[in-house]
Amino acid sequence: MGHAESAALFVRDDARAHWHDQALWFVRQKRDAGARSVPDWEALRERAEAIKAHTQSRLAEYLEEFERNATRMGAVVHWAKDGEEHNRIVHGLLQARGAKLLVKSKSMLTEECRLNPYLEARGIEVVDTDLGERIVQLNHQPPSHIVMPAIHMKREEIGVLFHGTIGTQAGLTDPKALTEAARQHLRQKFLGATAGMTGVNFAIAETGGIVVVTNEGNADMGTSLPPIHIASMGIEKVIPRAEDLGVFLRLLARSATGQPVSSYTSHFHGPRKGSELHVVVVDNGRSALLREAGFRRALACIRCGACLNTCPVYRRSGGYSYTWLIPGPIGSTLAPGRDAVAHASLPFASSLCGSCTDVCPVRIDLHHQLLAWRGEIVARGLLPAGKRWGMRLASWLLRFTWLYALAGKAARLALRVLPPAWTRALSGAWGRQRELPVVPPESFRETYRRTRGQP
Amino acid sequence: MASRDDILGAVRRAQPPATAHPGVAGLGNRFPDLPAKFAEMVAVVGGTCLRVPDLAAADRALRELPVHREAKRIASMVPGVGAATFDPVAVADPHELAGMDLCVLAAELGVAENGAVWLDVRKLPHQALFVIPEHVAVVVQASTLVHDMHQAYAAISHAPGFALFLSGPSKTADIEQALVIGAHGARSCTVLLVGA
Repeated sequence: MGHAESAALFVRDDARAHWHDQALWFVRQKRDAGARSVPDWEALRERAEAIKAHTQSRLAEYLEEFERNATRMGAVVHWAKDGEEHNRIVHGLLQARGAKLLVKSKSMLTEECRLNPYLEARGIEVVDTDLGERIVQLNHQPPSHIVMPAIHMKREEIGVLFHGTIGTQAGLTDPKALTEAARQHLRQKFLGATAGMTGVNFAIAETGGIVVVTNEGNADMGTSLPPIHIASMGIEKVIPRAEDLGVFLRLLARSATGQPVSSYTSHFHGPRKGSELHVVVVDNGRSALLREAGFRRALACIRCGACLNTCPVYRRSGGYSYTWLIPGPIGSTLAPGRDAVAHASLPFASSLCGSCTDVCPVRIDLHHQLLAWRGEIVARGLLPAGKRWGMRLASWLLRFTWLYALAGKAARLALRVLPPAWTRALSGAWGRQRELPVVPPESFRETYRRTRGQP
Repeated sequence: MASRDDILGAVRRAQPPATAHPGVAGLGNRFPDLPAKFAEMVAVVGGTCLRVPDLAAADRALRELPVHREAKRIASMVPGVGAATFDPVAVADPHELAGMDLCVLAAELGVAENGAVWLDVRKLPHQALFVIPEHVAVVVQASTLVHDMHQAYAAISHAPGFALFLSGPSKTADIEQALVIGAHGARSCTVLLVGA
């Protein structure tokens, strides 16, 4: 099922679709206020874009520098070509230490690698500790948003879920009480964990450190107690210097939620005393995307989610209508690079309004990339037959003036004489949720000829 | 090692032509009243900022607060501030810190633009001390305040170990975007700004 079909199911519940739209628009407005509070916002965005472009141009060197310095700091660096190798490395580390309970903070990379089911199949309990991620984990769902994983759920549904899974009283819907219940439930998991895992927001080549950002403090709880911390990062997470963080951290939280900075911005340089730090550096298709001159800019993404919150299509279709685990404009540009056949519908899940490009803190030209992907989808013959023939027809129509004029006449006549139900059916997707226009007595061409003579 | 070389080789072949690092000069924000802006932003991020002339005043102010008055297990990493009930150095296993009510911490610097403080956890007997207590209080010297994150990074160094920017208490908005303070870490963050 493509995006349009899944989105149609989502909008069937009109009230819910509006609620979802408004919830995300609220976050977009907070982002605007956050951005406006910084006088050099546009200069920051340009600097972030340039730092990312520079890093891409010397990525191998920076990865080696990071490895060297991280090792010097006492961390162990592992390399994984794909998700399978990543999972094998993580499982190997846990198995060798007899770790049975892993507490994990948010990491879209481990979702991408499908780490949880891999470990669970091998007898390891994995607990996602970000509140939103824990909610969707208990609900047996993937995140529907990269920053707010449970944004699609209502408090009443979370109350029912918690009642059935962690034993809260029936009918509990107050977010404060639900959060408190999750705090108590997860506190026990933190205290019992034998291993902690995090993603990586930034890896600093110059110092060998990794930086992990959360609001809840779950990454910090998960790495302060167990004897091992495993951090997974994509190769694109490395930045050259610690001072670059000044640029990215001023942009990240403001773009994500409008906050001036996240509550916890944790810098790990080597392991905690008496424990181990392992960093798994994962490629899984990223070097292939880096090769694509037209599409590599998407690798600059710092996963703030601003393009999702602003996207009129994401807001009105929900995270699960996308065929890739990262939804919204950034997901729709990344996914076809991995599998153009499976994700052929995603570049079309956009109005090309360009709002995503305007809010992107690292200035990825998202809507241009989506348009370019449409060209690729057409060139590779992956367009659905209806659309392919429709476009071919339109191409003929626009090539001959007489044919275009004739079609206009026919359409005006049809709109005048045929029953509305017929013309709406003939107009395809356009007429499904719209009234067709009242027909003017003459075309623009006819009006022009009548008042100004021959065009 | 095979994967390492394969990945680095693939990246090297894929890299675009070199572009320069633009540097970070010329960016940033300046505030006319640094302590006032810092105090304002601590409140914005959900914390409480108390401005006190010296450590003795910080101690008095803290002891009057419910987070101290109602606390049973208190540790203080700042001599003279707070009535410590135990010394975490004597605690062997950080798991035993669970349930502690208040920890008083010293910050290396404070950032006016976002109310964050830089905590050098390398100096603490346990990494968990900033996140596991029910409440934290942080002592910041006004002389260490900087305007923005660029100034902050220029001032800090990165030796082996753990350090962080802490900005307010632990929070979440994962249930219908409703802001809730006290997700996993401290339920409150009191910042004692000394000397301003």
